[in-house]
Amino acid sequence: MIIRNQRKVSATPASTGRRRFMVGAAGLTFGVAVGAPALQLFAAGEAAAATGSVKLNHWVTVFTDGTVAIMSPAAEMGQGSLTALPVILADEMDADWTKVRIVAPTPSDKLYGNPAFRYLQYTAGSATVTGYFNSLRQFGAQVRYVLLDNAAQRWGVPLAEVVSEPGYAVHQKSGRRLSYGEIAAFAKVPAQAPEVVVDPVAKAQFRLIGRDFPRVDVASKVNGSAQYSIDVQVPGMVYGAILREPIEGAAPEQIDDRAARAIDGVLQIVPLKYGVGVIARHPWAAFKAKQALKVGWSRKATGWGYSNERGYAQFAAVAKDPKANSVAWETEGDAPGAMLKAATIVEGEYRADYAYHAQMEPLNSVAAVTAEGCEIWCGSQSQTIAVTAVAQALGVAEEKIKFNGMLLGGGFGRRGNRDVEFIVDSALMSRAAGKPVKVIWTREDDVHNGRFRPLYVNRIRAGIDSNGKIMAWHHRVVSDRVLAFMDPVRYKSAKGRDNIAMRGTELPTYDISHRLAEGLQQDTGIRTAPLRAIGVGQNSFANEVFIDEVAAKLGVDPVRYRLQQLAGSAKGKRAAHVIEEAARMADWGRKRQGRGLGVAYLDYSGTQVAGIAEVSLSRDGRIRVHDFWCVIDCGVAVQPDNIIAQTESSIVYGLGLALTERIDIVDGAVKQSNFYDYHVPRMRDMPAIHIKLVQTRNHPTGAGQMATPLVPTAIANALFQLTGVRLRQQPLLPERVLQAMAEAGVRIA
Amino acid sequence: MSKSITVALTVNGARRTITAAPDTPLLWVLREDLKLTGTKFGCGVGQCGACTVHLNGEPTQSCLHALQDVAGKQVTTIEGLSPDTSHPLQKAWLAEQVPQCGYCQSGQIMRAAGLLKQTPRPTRDEIVEYMSPNICRCGTYVRIVRAIERAAGEMQS
Repeated sequence: MIIRNQRKVSATPASTGRRRFMVGAAGLTFGVAVGAPALQLFAAGEAAAATGSVKLNHWVTVFTDGTVAIMSPAAEMGQGSLTALPVILADEMDADWTKVRIVAPTPSDKLYGNPAFRYLQYTAGSATVTGYFNSLRQFGAQVRYVLLDNAAQRWGVPLAEVVSEPGYAVHQKSGRRLSYGEIAAFAKVPAQAPEVVVDPVAKAQFRLIGRDFPRVDVASKVNGSAQYSIDVQVPGMVYGAILREPIEGAAPEQIDDRAARAIDGVLQIVPLKYGVGVIARHPWAAFKAKQALKVGWSRKATGWGYSNERGYAQFAAVAKDPKANSVAWETEGDAPGAMLKAATIVEGEYRADYAYHAQMEPLNSVAAVTAEGCEIWCGSQSQTIAVTAVAQALGVAEEKIKFNGMLLGGGFGRRGNRDVEFIVDSALMSRAAGKPVKVIWTREDDVHNGRFRPLYVNRIRAGIDSNGKIMAWHHRVVSDRVLAFMDPVRYKSAKGRDNIAMRGTELPTYDISHRLAEGLQQDTGIRTAPLRAIGVGQNSFANEVFIDEVAAKLGVDPVRYRLQQLAGSAKGKRAAHVIEEAARMADWGRKRQGRGLGVAYLDYSGTQVAGIAEVSLSRDGRIRVHDFWCVIDCGVAVQPDNIIAQTESSIVYGLGLALTERIDIVDGAVKQSNFYDYHVPRMRDMPAIHIKLVQTRNHPTGAGQMATPLVPTAIANALFQLTGVRLRQQPLLPERVLQAMAEAGVRIA
Repeated sequence: MSKSITVALTVNGARRTITAAPDTPLLWVLREDLKLTGTKFGCGVGQCGACTVHLNGEPTQSCLHALQDVAGKQVTTIEGLSPDTSHPLQKAWLAEQVPQCGYCQSGQIMRAAGLLKQTPRPTRDEIVEYMSPNICRCGTYVRIVRAIERAAGEMQS
């Protein structure tokens, strides 16, 4: 183990030779780089080529001018992990951050897969920093070890006498120092990576982790130079638009393309299994021609005839049917047995409509298919899934696919499905055209062919003892299947457990000994996907509105009741702290005239979050959120200001899901079309947002979506405090508010 | 059907001549004919503001203006707001680390530039009202407000 020196220096070494070396998990290799560090070119595959071995994990290249290139395997969709991952590695290798260049590697699960996703190169689930954290610290420590060891040998001193300062090896006894760039010029790299033990996270001294650095992608996003796939220009490129099947599995049967072909600039009509494509010289011509197509669809698809109403009726019946096929998601103790001993049984049913991602960049992709293979430009949450899907669609080897990962104009779960249909589109269209093609979905395409957060009916049953303590908990979740549709590969390995639909039913922090959560996912034929906060968005809503109902039945204050249920649990302390802090910030005990306060708490994959909403209600049933307080503890905060930004973001996202966002399915097809009938939050809808980040010395956990589920819950609970009326369905639409109030015989003050 | 027309207009101070279908939205002319891709396509129906540019000095959604209606007009896009990212709004956007996915931000900045031209010292309510046509799905609204206030302060001093 190496002692870290915290003394700072700011000297800049002169550039000499052009040698570099690379470090990986299995070994270290040593090469000679020629020319200036043209890192973008270097990133495109030279790293792998220079070592001649794919068994190495390649993360770091040190150039003799002191530049440190660090690979960042994350897709950047605004969440900041493109920057956060290299901060972790740079911290442990003691790099000078001003000399770090962040490089996107060639896609590879083997080299760059996220340990949290069984080594799939997949950016999702707020799992990037948490998943890569340990291995990046390990790689960083190995790099630092090799650099310091080389310096020690050059000076002829014991390694133990050499320490690092940012970008330097220092021999304190003699005052000698060598920059990392100088060391790179003579460094010998062992064939086997050294065994290096990093300090446990609770004791580590961080130099970069915990400081705020500007995200590398931000500068390009204020002057229009940021490159998303929709911006890609390839010589000879034409444009594609696709009229897709209105329902998954409904193939085109009759195609009348006469009007489409008559549009100036249209080059080709491309019949596809799942729709009809148009290729044109200009996107506007492609859109008009798509609009002019007349297509008859086969009626074989499962989804025909389906609607939200039908879904609710079916799901509610399944939820109540003890014989319905279910898959256990969380089993702790003996919930059915304990239920029999309860003094009181409480039951509740909660619902949620389909919801749409509405990422600002409509789906699109650019492909150039040639005899040699296919080059793709796209923003995907998984670079490797994209390569595999395109290779399969074209029937060529994966080595023939070159993937250029672009910035994502929002992901939110929409761009990580195993079939990446929006990328395959461009490959099929380019093959048909014999030219590079940019396929662009219109916003209407993006809505009509959306893949949604599923429709839900949740039933919770709890057994309460005579002291008001919850002793047994049984949660049944009926929803459309998600994982089976969005990722059959992961679904197979999950053995029927639908991670996307079921997450959030587990209750690791409340002191409830007997718990059972069951999934009853249904194949309705509706397209589904993970959507920011996945199942947690609804399952936590059900949990936390239910807890509020129990507290109200017992006549206990909802904050106090939650703290009581946390009191006996080992993990309860961190949880209690975020709730207490949120209550303090919101001045929870103070009654407001015409306003209600509501609380929600959540353990989201280890991150502790609590939120409190202050709301009022207008006569037309509209809920106004005035303030939202949120406290988040996600362990070590790698980039604190970015965690705040992500929390702001996830609150705003939750606000839309809470109040306005709903997709209606009518005869299997999507009713909404664009932002005029799918309402996302605008600036005028914003509450005042107050966030406190609690930094603790725990392994870092997720930050990208943790507050989203709190928002509908806290609002519904606040509405109850204000009116005494419970809302149990997302979104909390004005008509639903009015109906619930009418049923309860309550009038708006 | 809708044969091409040729139209001259001024974009970021330079005279440009475009030949395209007369109903082609200015948005697509800017993006694909002139390769000025900082102006973004979000909805195509004037609902999101991602395509906001200045037309004769006024912020407007470029998806709503057909090529045939912009002949002879002056267009400023995000690329023309400053030559070197030096506009006070751009500097404020960096200082506040506003962008997340960033896709809507060109439109947000162009709209904010219109606000500050008209109201150099806007109140918070004026900012909120003026900026509400522009959607940010990442929810960077808190920081957009802060950045506009910061830029307004800078432009005064």
